[in-house]
Amino acid sequence: MRDTPPRFDDLPNAIGVGYKPQHFSDLRADPGPVAWLEVHAENYMGDGGRPHAQLRALSQDFALSVHGVGLSIGGEGRLDPDHLARLKRLCDWAQPARFSEHLAWSTHGSEFLNDLLPLPYTAATLQTVTDHIDQVQNLLGRQMLLENPSSYLAFAESTMSETDFLAEVTARTGCGLLLDVNNVFISATNLGQSAQAYIDAFPTDKVGEIHVGGHDADEDSHGAPLLIDSHGREVADPVWALLAYTLQQTGPAPVLVEWDNDVPDWPTLRAEACRASEMLAA
Amino acid sequence: MTTQAAFRSGLLDAGTPLPDGLVDGNNAPAGKRYDVYRNNVTHALIAALETAFPLVAKLIGAQNFAALAPFYVRSHPPSSPLMMFYGADFPAFIAGFEPLAEIGYLADAARLDYALRLSYHAADVAPLTAHDLAAIPEQTLATTPLTLAPSTRILRSDWPLFDIWRFNAEEAAPKPRAMAQDVLITRPEFDPKPHLLPEGAADWLDTMAQGAGFEAAAEQTLGAHPDFDLTATLTLLLGTAAVQRPQNDLNTRT
Repeated sequence: MRDTPPRFDDLPNAIGVGYKPQHFSDLRADPGPVAWLEVHAENYMGDGGRPHAQLRALSQDFALSVHGVGLSIGGEGRLDPDHLARLKRLCDWAQPARFSEHLAWSTHGSEFLNDLLPLPYTAATLQTVTDHIDQVQNLLGRQMLLENPSSYLAFAESTMSETDFLAEVTARTGCGLLLDVNNVFISATNLGQSAQAYIDAFPTDKVGEIHVGGHDADEDSHGAPLLIDSHGREVADPVWALLAYTLQQTGPAPVLVEWDNDVPDWPTLRAEACRASEMLAA
Repeated sequence: MTTQAAFRSGLLDAGTPLPDGLVDGNNAPAGKRYDVYRNNVTHALIAALETAFPLVAKLIGAQNFAALAPFYVRSHPPSSPLMMFYGADFPAFIAGFEPLAEIGYLADAARLDYALRLSYHAADVAPLTAHDLAAIPEQTLATTPLTLAPSTRILRSDWPLFDIWRFNAEEAAPKPRAMAQDVLITRPEFDPKPHLLPEGAADWLDTMAQGAGFEAAAEQTLGAHPDFDLTATLTLLLGTAAVQRPQNDLNTRT
């Protein structure tokens, strides 16, 4: 073990993967192009044991991105003070290069629903989200990234486009954006819009991280295509194409491959990372 | 306007009407699209429960578990974003679930699953070794309670809980016979493991947890359990890193 752990102040403009404990040894022996790792914050909020030990070991060799899935940034109620305190503790000891969360809600009253639920894009939602992001950034003493959601439906009451909403959030809070290209493709397909037009309208100068992942295909009640954000397979070809298009707008950026369900063996995920790496180098 | 309360109302119950104000890309009613959230929420909670309670799933079978889990996730959604701790009330829920009343030991099996999970995520501490123990002056030891490591858990059961676990975890393990057993769960490094606690040991540890010294607790335990084997119990505890090393150095105490 080194005397002084290295400090990774920012994510490199290189490939990361969503870290899975079963890849611990293989990933360290043969990382391929993988230069940074993303972990779900909540999985490391126990008191110790293997999760903490692995994260400490990995932080020696990889820059880390801590990705929250439980803060409920878009929740109508206040942010959970206990959860905020846990998040601060984690960021204090793990010293990630980045912290990100979702434009979504997941907590209602005292219930945590364990899913990223959708928001109407209105002045009221904008106020809630910006207040919560201000609170998080003040507490953590760092800029956070906000991720665009994958949508299966829209709200009749929405008065703004998602891209205008996100641009306004960054302008008001100074937060950065996590651009999930798979989510863009899913939402555009599901809502009958153009994914490229979404990227064109996106405030790409605020992008601190890009995600790609796999999705499943279904149909809605009218027989229209309905894509599901499953993170359970390879990245689909049109999503790779949209990544290439996105990188033309953003320039080099940290790109993450997500695979959270039916997690494959390391060589399969590594192959996805290699494909993303070629795209980043192109 | 679609409030989050309205959106929430149908998420865990397929019979609830769809919330108003949800549309597709053409401003037509969203219909089946809301079901994606309904499915995601329900399936993710059931999957979390299956991961957390492998012994229960093995004892009743995957199909029965899949039939049982929706009743729990609908009536007991998580109260915290820490999904690794989801299911704290599952043992009590099983104990009160009429269709499973005949499998009396199932609630204790759920307690064991959950205790393993708590142990896995517990804080790391330096364990007390036999060497540490030998270095404690006899007089100090008599009045000092042993403190269990945060990853150590004790389960008292009216059922042969340890044998039930072992029968389902190890090949060629003996078939459980009717008896009460106390189980010790310890985590020497990262993987928690159940052990059978000798008779009286749980009482001895509980008495020390309430503040009694090593010797006084042992005497009290021997009164209730004449067969209590202190040496065997200590050997088990020290050999499985069950006891926490005191933070101040006992050797320098007088």
